[in-house]
Amino acid sequence: MTELIRVEDLRVVACGERGEVEIVKGVSFALEQGQVLALIGESGSGKTTIALALLGYARRGCRLSGGVVRVGEHDMLAVSESQLQKLRGNRVSYIAQSAAAAFNPAKKLIDQVVEGALIHGLGSRVELEAKAVDLFRDLSLPNPESIGQRYPHQVSGGQLQRVMAAMALISDPLLVVLDEPTTALDVTTQIDVLRAFKRVVRERGATAVYVSHDLAVVAQMADRIVVLNDGQILEQSDTAPLLAAPAHDYTRSLLAAARPDATIRPPSGIAENTPLLTINGLTAGYGNKNAQGMPLIRVLEGIDLTVRRGQAIGVIGESGSGKSTLARVVAGLLTPALGGLTFDGQPLGGRLSERTPEQFRRIQMVFQNADTALNPMHSVGAIIGRPLKMYFGLKGAALRERTHELLDLVRLPHALAERRPSELSGGQKQRVNLARALAAKPDLILCDEVTSALDTVVGAAILELLRDLRQQLGVSYLFISHDISTVRALCDDIVVMYSGHKVQAGSRESFATPPFHPYTDLLIHSVPELRQGWLETCGATSGTLPPVGARAAVPELCTFLNLCPVRIDGVCNRIAPPRHSLDNGGEMLCHHDGAQLIKTQRGLVVETSGAYA
Amino acid sequence: MNSTTLWLIGRRLGAAIVTLLIVSMVVFAITAVLPGDAAQQALGQFATPEQVAALRLKLGLDQPGVLRYLHWLMSLLTGDLGMSVSSATPVSELMGGRVPNTLMLATTTALVSVPVALVLGIGSAMARGGRIDNILSFVTLAMVAVPEFLVATLAVLIFAVNLGWLSSLSYASDISSPWAFMRTYALPVMTLCCVIVAQMARMTRAAVIDQLDSPYVEMARLKGVGPIRIVLRHALPNAIGPIANAIALSLSYLLGGVVIVETIFNYPGIASLMVDAVTNRDMALVQACTMLFCTAYLSLVLIADLCAILSNPRLRNQ
Repeated sequence: MTELIRVEDLRVVACGERGEVEIVKGVSFALEQGQVLALIGESGSGKTTIALALLGYARRGCRLSGGVVRVGEHDMLAVSESQLQKLRGNRVSYIAQSAAAAFNPAKKLIDQVVEGALIHGLGSRVELEAKAVDLFRDLSLPNPESIGQRYPHQVSGGQLQRVMAAMALISDPLLVVLDEPTTALDVTTQIDVLRAFKRVVRERGATAVYVSHDLAVVAQMADRIVVLNDGQILEQSDTAPLLAAPAHDYTRSLLAAARPDATIRPPSGIAENTPLLTINGLTAGYGNKNAQGMPLIRVLEGIDLTVRRGQAIGVIGESGSGKSTLARVVAGLLTPALGGLTFDGQPLGGRLSERTPEQFRRIQMVFQNADTALNPMHSVGAIIGRPLKMYFGLKGAALRERTHELLDLVRLPHALAERRPSELSGGQKQRVNLARALAAKPDLILCDEVTSALDTVVGAAILELLRDLRQQLGVSYLFISHDISTVRALCDDIVVMYSGHKVQAGSRESFATPPFHPYTDLLIHSVPELRQGWLETCGATSGTLPPVGARAAVPELCTFLNLCPVRIDGVCNRIAPPRHSLDNGGEMLCHHDGAQLIKTQRGLVVETSGAYA
Repeated sequence: MNSTTLWLIGRRLGAAIVTLLIVSMVVFAITAVLPGDAAQQALGQFATPEQVAALRLKLGLDQPGVLRYLHWLMSLLTGDLGMSVSSATPVSELMGGRVPNTLMLATTTALVSVPVALVLGIGSAMARGGRIDNILSFVTLAMVAVPEFLVATLAVLIFAVNLGWLSSLSYASDISSPWAFMRTYALPVMTLCCVIVAQMARMTRAAVIDQLDSPYVEMARLKGVGPIRIVLRHALPNAIGPIANAIALSLSYLLGGVVIVETIFNYPGIASLMVDAVTNRDMALVQACTMLFCTAYLSLVLIADLCAILSNPRLRNQ
C-alpha cells in the first residue's frame, strides 16, 4: 500500500473583524491509496475547511496559513494557483453538500459534467460524454443516455447528487473529496446514493475523503475515521475499533447522540383522555382553487388526527409528504379546502380572522430554523417579552421576572436577555425560540423539525428539554420530523405520512415490531445503523418490485404503489386501499392486513431489532 | 421555446400594451388640465373671446374630453399625430426631423457605454476588494455624483476651448466622414457615457458578485475552471436578468432625459423639442413626445424582461 495523502500540521485562519482567528489548529493525518477516510465533527469543527484544503482551496475570508498537504507527489499548499487549476477536477475532485446549489442552473448537466475534464484535455467531447453516460449507468441513474440533456431543476435531489459524483469521477481522480454528500437527502434516497457511491468508489479503486456529521453513515463508508472538534483532531483510528471502543469522551457523546431514542424516552402518565385538538377529514393544498374549492396542488388528503391533552404526537415522513403543511393548517397559516378542526371542544377557524385571541395564545409554533424565525434586530428579552405584553399585559418588574422564569425554564442564563440572536449559538437560539412559544402559556406547541438544523449533540439536548417541559407543564406537542428516532424519543403516538396521506398511525410501542405499512418499513430500515456492513445487508432494498399492470383511473389509489415491494397486481393498481385497524391498536392504509405484513417483514426485523430495542 | 414560454412572453406583451393605454389616458388628462388652452395660446392675449371661441370650435376643443381622447387615440393609432398649433406644421414632420438625431446619439452612446460598463463592472467584480476594484468604485461613484451639466461644461472647456480639438456645438449635420462624425458626437457621447456607464457598471458588479458567491461557482473553481471562464461561462449567464434591466433603465434615459446635454451642445434632439412644446402649450406635440418616450421606455424594459426569461432555463423550457 502506498501513502497517497499526508497532511501535517495544517493550519487555516479566518480573517474576522478582530484580526485573524485560527479555525484549523495543526491537523495531521495520512491515508493510503484505495482507502476511504472520514472527517467527522459538528458544525464549526473545521471538517469542510480541511477537506477543501486537500484541493488547495480556502473559502473567501480564510487563508491556508501553514503546514503541508501532500496529495500524491504534489504539495497543495506550495504549488501556484495555475498548477492548482490543473490539479483540481483532474487529479483531485470534489463532491459538494448540496447538489441543487452546486450545479449552475443555466447550463445543461452534461456540459457541467464534462467541463472540467475537457479543460484538462482528458479527451474529446464525444469520448467524455460517452464516459459520462457510462458513469450515469454505473451510478444507477434513470435514462443514462438522456439525463445529461436536462437542466439541474429538472432532476431530483438524489439524482443530482449522483450526477455530481459522475462529474467528480469522470477524470479518474487520485482522490475524491465528498463533503456531506447525502445530508440534504431523505433517508430513503440517501441509502440508494450511498450504495451507488460505495460501489463506484470500490470498483474504480479511488481514494476518498468523506466529510460528515453522521457517524452511522460514516460507518458504512469509511475505513478510517478522524474525529474533529474546534479545529483539532480528538481521535483517529480505523472504523471498527473506533465504533466499538471510542477513546475520547467527545466521540462517546457523538455516538450517544446519534440515536436519541436509545437514551431519551417520553414521560409516561402525562397524557389525559380529553381531546385537545381534533382534525377531521382535512384536505388542503396550494395554488389556485377550482370550482369545487379544491386547490391545484393537494398536499393533504383526508387527514384525521386527535391530540389529547398532554399528549405528544410525532408526525414523520419524507420531504413533500405534507407534514409541515399539516402544522401550517393547525397554526392557521393555510386555510383547509375540506374538513374541520376542533380545539378544546370549540371549532377552530381555518382562517386566522376566524380565531379568537385566546386560541392564538393556546396554539404556538416553533419553527425549524431559529436563525430566520428570530428578528435579528431585537434582543432576546424583547423577543420573549412581546407575547408576555400582548397576551398578559405584563410590564416593568413583572415582565422582567417572567422573562427570567422563561429563561430558567429553557435553561439559559438571565444575562442572555440583553443579547441579540446573532450573538447566540444555534442551540441557544432554538431555546429562545422555544421560550418565546412558552411565554404564551400554550396548550399545544407545533414543533416543525426543531432539531433538524442543529448538530446531533445539541439536538439531543433540545429533545431532552422538550421532554422535561412536557412533564413539568403538561403541554401537548404536535412534533414534526423526518427522523424516526427523534420522534420515538419524545412522542407517545406516531403518525406516518406519505404524499399527503396518513399511511400508518399507532402508539410508540407499535412501531417497534411489525406489522408496518410498506412505506414505514422502508423508512425505518433506511435509517443507517451504527455498525459496519449495515449498508450491504439492510433490508431496505430498491431491488426489483413485483410487476403491476396499468393504473386504473381510480382516484385515491395507493400513493406508494410505484415503490411498494409488496404490491399486488389487480388490487393495488385497481382499488383504493382501505383503512383498517391493527391488533396493536394502530391503523393503516393498505390492502394487506397485519398478519400478511408480519409474514413479509419478520425476517428483516430479527436482523435489525437490536438497534431499536 | 414552447407554449409556456410563449404564454409568458405574450402576457408581458399584453401588460405592456395595457400600460401604454393607461399612460395615454394619463398623458391626455394631464395635458387637458394644464392651465390655458391651445386656442388662447395661438391667438395671443389680445384676441377677443369670439376669436378664441371660433378657434376652439375649429380645433374641436369644445367637445367632451372622452370623445376628444378617443378621437386622439384613433388618429394616434393610424399614425396621425395632429397639427402643432404653435408652428402650424404636422407634429409628425416636426418629430421626424428630430427622432433620427436622438436615435443616432442614443445608439452611439449605447454602443460605447454598454461594453465599457460591462468590462468595468465585471472587472471590478473579479478583483473584488482589491486595489483595482477600489479605484473603479471610487471613480464610478464620483461620476454618478457629478451632475451632467458640469461634466458637459468641463468637457467643452477642456476639449473645445483649451485644446481646440473638438467643436463645442453639435448640429448633427455633418457626418460625411468618420472624422466629422467623431467631431460632432465626441463631446455629447462622452458626457452621456459619464452619466450612464457608472450606473450600469455598479449594477453589473453587484449582479456578477452575487453569482460569484454562489456554491456552483465554488464548484466550478474546484473543477479547475479558470477565473475568466468562470465569469463568462458560469456567472454571467445567470446575471443576465439584472444586468439587462440595469442597461434598459440607463438607455431609456438616453431617449428622453438628455435635455441638458442637448441644450449645452445645441444638439437638435427630441428632448429639447418637447421642452419647447411645453413652453408653447403645444399640446399635440407634448402628447406625441410623451407617448414616444413611454413607448421607448416600455419596449426597453420589455426587452430586458425577455432577456431575463430567455436566459433562465427554468422559465425557458419547463
